[in-house]
Formats: sequence, structure tokens, C-alpha cells
Amino acid sequence: MSSTVTVGISDLNAVRSPDVLVTYALGSCVGICLYDPLNRIGGLAHIMLPSSIDSGVKSDGYKFADTGITLLVKKMEQMGAKTPLLKAKIAGGAQMFASITNSSIANIGQRNVASVKNMLNRLNIPIIAEDTGDHYGRTLYFYTEDGTMKIKSVSRGEWLW
Amino acid sequence: MVLNTYSDLNAVQLDVLKELGNIGAGNAATALSAMLDHPIGLSVPEIRLLSYQEVTEALGGPENRIVGILLSLEGDMSGMMMFLLPEAFAHMTLNTLLGVSFYDFSSIDEMGYSAMKEVANILASSYVNAISLLTGMRIQITVPDLCIDMAGAILSVPAIQFANVSDKIIFIADEFICGEERAESHILMIPDVISLEKLMTRLGVDR
Repeated sequence: MSSTVTVGISDLNAVRSPDVLVTYALGSCVGICLYDPLNRIGGLAHIMLPSSIDSGVKSDGYKFADTGITLLVKKMEQMGAKTPLLKAKIAGGAQMFASITNSSIANIGQRNVASVKNMLNRLNIPIIAEDTGDHYGRTLYFYTEDGTMKIKSVSRGEWLW
Repeated sequence: MVLNTYSDLNAVQLDVLKELGNIGAGNAATALSAMLDHPIGLSVPEIRLLSYQEVTEALGGPENRIVGILLSLEGDMSGMMMFLLPEAFAHMTLNTLLGVSFYDFSSIDEMGYSAMKEVANILASSYVNAISLLTGMRIQITVPDLCIDMAGAILSVPAIQFANVSDKIIFIADEFICGEERAESHILMIPDVISLEKLMTRLGVDR
């Protein structure tokens, strides 16, 4: 039997096969799935903002792409995952309001995705699937049994990566 | 007194916000009645400071499909205002306004979208006018932008924008009554803290 673990906003968690990780209703936030296929350990982070550096406020690191990914990798290593084996699948980063004029709001999804990619690149973790951008919300399921990512939306149904 | 986050608001200041909300909602009901050409009743609005998590739950969970309408505040007050309307509210206004019955969100056409934006525009103006009248602040609202999607995904927009300011937001729940139908509407007021401080000073409750 597998159990399902929910990851909230600005939150992360890691589990072993066959458990399932889920995060609901990603809008402009980005969900990052990391998978060690050998040890069958999977991790999921739900970040809100691109960088802890320009936030100016010292707050919890789970909120940001840079610190969130680092903390997730650390957590997975503690469970026995090997960083050189990790592969990533990412989703989210939508622009929910299509015609918004305020550019700092309009770009945030895109900036989150760019920051996530940059961070994964620095850690030499390859991105093997990506479902980002556009204008709709996504719920993300991550199956640690085989590393499948399932995306569910309210208007377009669901599909696998 | 220096406001750093919404959580720094004291009891008196929260009461003042509630009163502003009452006046705004009253104006909104009047405006909506005129637009729909139908008497609109209103229950006493409930105003609370809630975390995003709590707002999401109040809206029926993160995956519940709702209408989100976003407007920006400019002028003497800056920030955002967001309307979160459940399916029943969209039903009520569209049926009365356009005389068409729609069954679910996917049956809303372009006309329906513009009608809903117009309703949001009127509601937002009602609230903003209440604040302007009481404080003498000049506030403009931008053209509304509409999105029908998961509640959690819609809420991520203000949550991200104000992530460094506050984990809590001002949540106003109204219930509009139109004949036999009742429909809840939810409004998020998200002024930046500087604007909020200005508002409190103008109303004489800055300490």
C-alpha cells in the first residue's frame, strides 16, 4: 500500500517508493519533482518566489526557488538519495491573469521557472520533463514508484509526464 | 505606530476596516440593484484577517473552480483588490443581467465574461468610493482582469505579490440576496502597508 503525502505552498517533502506526493493548485508557483531512480526516493517542493536574495526579508527558505531546491536535495540525501543520480520534472509557473498590465505580477511565473532552471543547472540536475507557463492552474501528483508526474487541470483534464 | 504587516493591526483598526467594509458592501448592493434592475438584499458582511490557507478552505478547497477578478489600486492607495465569486454568484448575476441561463463555467461566452468584469468593476468602485468618501483619499482602479480556475491557483497571484509583506489578508465575505437566490461573494483587500498606514492616519486611528 502506498500513502499520499500533501505538500503545501512554500513547503517540501520527500518519500520512498511507492508513496505519492501531491501539491494542489499550482498557479504562478512552481512544483519541482526530484527523483533518484536507483534508490527510488522522490522529493517535491512547491516554491512561490524566484530568489531569497532579492526578497530582503529573512524568512523560511521553502518559499524560494534557490533555497527551496537546496533544502530538498539535502533532505533527500539524508534519506539516502544520491545527488548525481537525481533527475527533475517541473510544472507550474502560469500567468493566471492573461491581460494584467502590472509587469511584476505578469512575469512572476516566468521568473519562477527561470530561477528553478538556473538552480537545477547549478546543481547539475537534468530536467527531463517540463509543463510550465500558459494560463491555467495545475495540481501535481508525483509517483515515486516509477517517477511519473501527473498534471491535473480543471478545464483540460489530466495527463502524464 | 508603524505597521509592518496586517497582523500589526489592533482591535480598533480592525473595527474601522469592518465599518469600511459595511459601507462598501451597502454601496455595492445599491449599485448592483441598479445594474440588474432588481432589488438586491445583503447580509451583514463578515470581515476577517485570514491566512491564504484559511482563505482557500473558505472557498471550498484549493481545487474548487471559481471566478477570480483582479483589479489594481492606484493613486493615494496602492495594492490589489480581488473578487472571488463562486459559481452561484456568476449564475445569479448573468441570469439576471443577460437573461440567459448558463449551466456551468464552460458555457460562459465572451458576453458573459465582459458582464462579469463589469459587475466586478461596479462592486470595486463601491468599496473604493466608500474609502474615498471617508478619508478624502483619491483612489483609482484599473480595468479588471478575469480568470476562471482553481481557487488555490488564483490565490497564488496575491499570495506571491505580498509574500514579503504579510501571510494574512483582509477577507470580506458578503451574501447577496436576489429574490429566492442567495449567493456568496468574497473580496480580498490587499493594500500595501504604507497605504494602510495612511488610511489609518486619515481616519484618526493610527495609534
